Amino acid sequence: MIADPILEVEGLRTVFFTAAGLVRAVEDVSFTLRRGEVLAVVGESGCGKSITALSLMRLVPTPPGRIVAGTVKLAGRDLLAISEAEMRDVRGNAMSMIFQEPMTSLNPVLTIGDQIAETVRLHRKVTRAQAWDRAVEMLRLVRIPEPAQRAREYPHQLSGGMRQRAMIAIALACDPQVLIADEPTTALDVTIQAQILDLILQLQRETGTSVLLITHDLGVVAETAQRVVVMYAGRKIEEATVEDLFEFPLHPYTNGLLGSIPHLAAISGAVAERLQEIPGMVPALSNLPAGCAFAARCARADDKCNDVPPLVELRPDHIVACWHAGATP
Amino acid sequence: MTPVLQVENLKKHYPVKSGFLRRTTGQVFAVDGVSFSIAPGQTLGLVGESGCGKSTVARAVMRLVAPTSGRVLVEGTDIATLSKAELRPYRRQMQMVFQDPFSSLNPRMSAGDIVAEPLLVHGVAHGDEARARVAALFAQVGLRPAQMGNFPHQFSGGQRQRISIARALALNPRLIVADEPVSALDVSIQAQVINLLMDLQRDQGLAYLFIAHDLAVVEHIAHQVAVMYLGRIVEIADKVTLFRNPTHPYTRALLSAVPVPNPKLKRKKQLLEGDVPSPMRPPPGCPFHTRCPIAVARCSVDVPVLKERDTGHLAACHLADG
Repeated sequence: MIADPILEVEGLRTVFFTAAGLVRAVEDVSFTLRRGEVLAVVGESGCGKSITALSLMRLVPTPPGRIVAGTVKLAGRDLLAISEAEMRDVRGNAMSMIFQEPMTSLNPVLTIGDQIAETVRLHRKVTRAQAWDRAVEMLRLVRIPEPAQRAREYPHQLSGGMRQRAMIAIALACDPQVLIADEPTTALDVTIQAQILDLILQLQRETGTSVLLITHDLGVVAETAQRVVVMYAGRKIEEATVEDLFEFPLHPYTNGLLGSIPHLAAISGAVAERLQEIPGMVPALSNLPAGCAFAARCARADDKCNDVPPLVELRPDHIVACWHAGATP
Repeated sequence: MTPVLQVENLKKHYPVKSGFLRRTTGQVFAVDGVSFSIAPGQTLGLVGESGCGKSTVARAVMRLVAPTSGRVLVEGTDIATLSKAELRPYRRQMQMVFQDPFSSLNPRMSAGDIVAEPLLVHGVAHGDEARARVAALFAQVGLRPAQMGNFPHQFSGGQRQRISIARALALNPRLIVADEPVSALDVSIQAQVINLLMDLQRDQGLAYLFIAHDLAVVEHIAHQVAVMYLGRIVEIADKVTLFRNPTHPYTRALLSAVPVPNPKLKRKKQLLEGDVPSPMRPPPGCPFHTRCPIAVARCSVDVPVLKERDTGHLAACHLADG
């Protein structure tokens, strides 16, 4: 049975007006996050995944950026149509976000407890003492040892992993329906990354929050998400269940990406062979070619690729934007 | 065969100064007794988390920092105590590639001049001869010789790393110390640089000291792997042994923590508790005992020594003694 959608993104288009010209950071992106699921958005630097996340929160710096089209419906309500005051009430409440670098997203002159309590008092009618109790409870929930003492500490007194836990505590303090995690473990060491991913998944099961996970790491996608959206040069180029995407990558870019990462043969049982290279590099978003943006790096490209390929469902629940999808190169 | 590089009981301690008189109030034990050797044409992967001392090992080997104690033998000569002038001929044999391709290239020099600089500094080639050599190096690392006049900002991250590699190759070194050379690159570009490094090794018999935090990359490129924790090597073995049959609980936890891009593989993760202790106050006994899932009383008292378990497979753990 497919769960109800909680977040529906339709035709999202975000552009930046820069000296170098118009940068189409997010171009006609649509996807649906269902209740209780983890949906990953994966892609390399500059593919538009972080700007997509910021657009959903309406945190795109304006100017130079602007969301020029699309709808973002959270439980049926279009967030792009409401006022800024109404949106402030959504952020950190019904939908919240955690970022890559916990040190720069926490306020260095406020204690961890104050920062959680601040969020709670902003969105709930509670007393100072109740908000503080909630802060300590949240620190306990994110498995920070001695939460009552830790609540009185400042961000610099915590390690990187602990700071990311504190960020998660702030984000989840008001029981959001949707948590957007933008590269939440990229700045962390691998053993700490494993702790934080495990924590996010546990909390997701306990609280029923839906998670939109933005990452560049296909290993993280395979181990945490149920469905995955692949982005390239501002567009969604493929979407599938995680199992289907890794087994039957249809887009030549997804295929190349999977072939270009070492697979830790001893654990995964994969055969170590020469890594596949994707020739060339990602085109500048300010100077995208007409047609398929991947064509210049693609072995399958031909005249047809001068037109932008539409997204089509080639396998059940698996859509791809490529004129030559699935065919062997 | 004589190793290209032999490191014996290398230590690097940094003093911690504080107060008005800047008195030394403590020591950071960044590298605390590390030994290994690299055979010609082989790659030693040095892995560990932030602050484990792996980059300090690289810097001490290159004499970018002076080791506190220990020996660094290059073809039988200890370079740890040589003067700058005496060091020069050895510098030609070992070159370094850094993590950040943005800050490790001089933005005011053209790419061609950057690659030519080692040739001029060491008086190997001048003028047209140097230019021809640089053009050959450019072709070798997959850059167009026509790009020699361009400046670093005109190249992408992956291309800049190719310039760094060309610069390192200029003097025909026997060893390249690469400190996280692909960590700053996107995965599709990372594959290009890894393949380039492996091709160069095959064609020229280069040896690499390859430092990385990404175990999948290390498994792909290395012949031997050493795992560091709090300034010490806790386990070292050939690649297959280390990844298939890890003995030290830290190595096991590290391997278990790596996300594997295969959704069908349902692994039980072995999560470590807590964080790495400060290298200023390393715990007594085994440095890993504060996070070790199988630690016993003895581990907080006795320091385990690196002992041979099998031929070429060493681990520092009391409980692995059997």
